[in-house]
Amino acid sequence: MSKTFGDVEAARDLDLRISPGEFLSFLGPSGCGKTTALRMLAGFEAPTRGDVLIDGQVVNQLEPHRRPVNMVFQSYALFPHLSVADNIGYGLRQRRPRLARSVIADKVERALETVRLSGFGKRRVWEMSGGQQQRVALARAIVNEPKLLLLDEPLAALDRKLRKEMQIELQDLQRQLGITFVLVTHDQEEALSLSDRICVMRAGRIVQVGSPQELYDCPASRYVADFVGNSNFFEGRIEEVDGALARLVTGGGQTLAGRASPGLAAGRDGCLSIRPEQIRIGSEPGPGCIEVTVQNRIFLGEHTEYLVRHGGLGNIIVLAPRQAEIGARGFEAGARAFLNWSDEAALILNPD
Amino acid sequence: MTRRERNWLLVAPAGAWFLVMLVLPLSFVFVFSFGERGPAGGYVPAFTLEQYANLPARWTAFKNTMVLAPLGTLAALLIAYPLAYQLAVRTDPRWKTLLLVLVIVPFWTSILIRSYAWIFILGGQGIPALLAALGIEDVRLIYTPFAVTVGIVYGYLPLMVFPIYVALDRLDKRLLEASSDLGARPFATFWQVTLPLSVPGVATGCMLVFILLMGEFLIPALLGGGKVFFVGNALVDLFLQSRNWAFGSAVAFTLILIMLVTVAIYMRLIARLQVRRDDVAIM
Ligand SMILES: Nc1ncnc2c1ncn2[C@@H]1O[C@H](COP(=O)(O)OP(=O)(O)OP(=O)(O)O)[C@@H](O)[C@H]1O
Ligand SMILES: [Mg+2]
Repeated sequence: MSKTFGDVEAARDLDLRISPGEFLSFLGPSGCGKTTALRMLAGFEAPTRGDVLIDGQVVNQLEPHRRPVNMVFQSYALFPHLSVADNIGYGLRQRRPRLARSVIADKVERALETVRLSGFGKRRVWEMSGGQQQRVALARAIVNEPKLLLLDEPLAALDRKLRKEMQIELQDLQRQLGITFVLVTHDQEEALSLSDRICVMRAGRIVQVGSPQELYDCPASRYVADFVGNSNFFEGRIEEVDGALARLVTGGGQTLAGRASPGLAAGRDGCLSIRPEQIRIGSEPGPGCIEVTVQNRIFLGEHTEYLVRHGGLGNIIVLAPRQAEIGARGFEAGARAFLNWSDEAALILNPD
Repeated sequence: MTRRERNWLLVAPAGAWFLVMLVLPLSFVFVFSFGERGPAGGYVPAFTLEQYANLPARWTAFKNTMVLAPLGTLAALLIAYPLAYQLAVRTDPRWKTLLLVLVIVPFWTSILIRSYAWIFILGGQGIPALLAALGIEDVRLIYTPFAVTVGIVYGYLPLMVFPIYVALDRLDKRLLEASSDLGARPFATFWQVTLPLSVPGVATGCMLVFILLMGEFLIPALLGGGKVFFVGNALVDLFLQSRNWAFGSAVAFTLILIMLVTVAIYMRLIARLQVRRDDVAIM
């Protein structure tokens, strides 16, 4: 399906099948059309072209209140005139035939527990912090146990620890209830850790759909490799494609080998991607090693990140685990070091 | 200059204005209301409750005002709300300004002239003549409470439309989407979200119109034809015709008291309904 607003093409040829009970994430930079895609699923926007199907039924004309879908809004959209508990019970109160008050109160209480807000039911929403409001918004949607739950960056306002907790809570909830989740995020870590599949978007289009591991290990393009995880990129000309492997000559004359991504052709421009954690750093030269100068060292807790400089390849980022580092006693800025990586760890891609 | 002094300086002009134009005249009215009418009219100092004892003589004016002002306010509300709703929620933003201007346009002509237009419309050659042609005889509209109500609703409608429009226009449209998303039908969304959140606008509009209606005299004079008169008409009569300033002051002061009490009760009620919506996080 597609959606255009005037001249803006917010979503283009989105073709995606979401399985029941799946946890799918839309990942992409700001303005790439993630919210628009969700709004079409929820029924707030009609696709300009194409159809939205739920359970095999075309629902293009079905108003939002008739869809078995609930959404957690990016802006929360909590009702300011209702208490926290009344906000959460709102969807339940709309049910016909009516639910008993006690049933609603029970469900609301359980939803509050789920989002760690027990005892906050009587509060006004404006008395809640941003993170608490976000959790109220989450509770307001999950309490209805919809077939499809749409989450538009539902955890963006939470601190790291609470976010981790809520992520686990979300995952548990999804397994327990068997609800299909569609999550929008621009936090790649969140997408990687939660999703069954990730749909990477760029400027209104889907660029790749796959499991987190597929996307991480076999990104189809430099854009995906860059967006999902971090990577070093070396540009050059593809010299040779030999089955699963390929060779690339960089502008600096360096020849590098790596796995060939599909559709690679010799003689064309290409780009080699190597993840920082795939690179080994050592103080002794060895076969296949390249010599670099350490520019900077950033201590990250369980890892240390080095920014190193190579005469031909330029700046390279290396992520060294703590244990290995203790063995090598770390590298100070200005020190000489040697890098190597296996050819299988590197991936040669078509440039975008 | 301290901050406190600066603040005082800032409110000084408004304060002086209030003192000279409001407190002083009101004090005169208060004092006059205990006085007596001079032999040739005007005011003779005295201290008597005679004027207040005389109030029942003007009972009809009070009754008309106290019935027709709330009724007119309610009628204006019922007509203004759908109009404001249409303008704020349903209208393409490009047309909003133009349509809002159209709501004010009548203000560009004197209410006197517009009321004369209504005299014609409701008078013998207007709607009654039309009805007569259809076989419905003897309908009398002009110089009735109905005519006065039509006139005040017509005259004060914009004052009701604007505050409600502002409240509805400020309403976050995503709240309506959220409501719909949670399974509320359009009417349920209106009843549970739109209406409660527009209470501040409704409250302001009603208050504005009601207070102005309590003092109204022009429309009843023209469309009520001396038969349906308000306290305002009584005051015109007492001060300008019979020149009974003392009695006029007592009537005026009573009206002010009634207004204060009504507004106080009303504010209490609204405060209960009122929603604090300013500091709700809307990212
Ligand atoms: N109602 C609208 N009218 C016009 N343009 C719109 C509208 N809604 C979205 N757009 C445009 O469509 C594009 C996609 O917007 P969308 O809100 O889907 O982005 P997003 O991926 O959710 O971004 P973010 O991560 O910042 O929330 C943007 O360029 C935006 O300006
Ligand atoms: Mg968005």
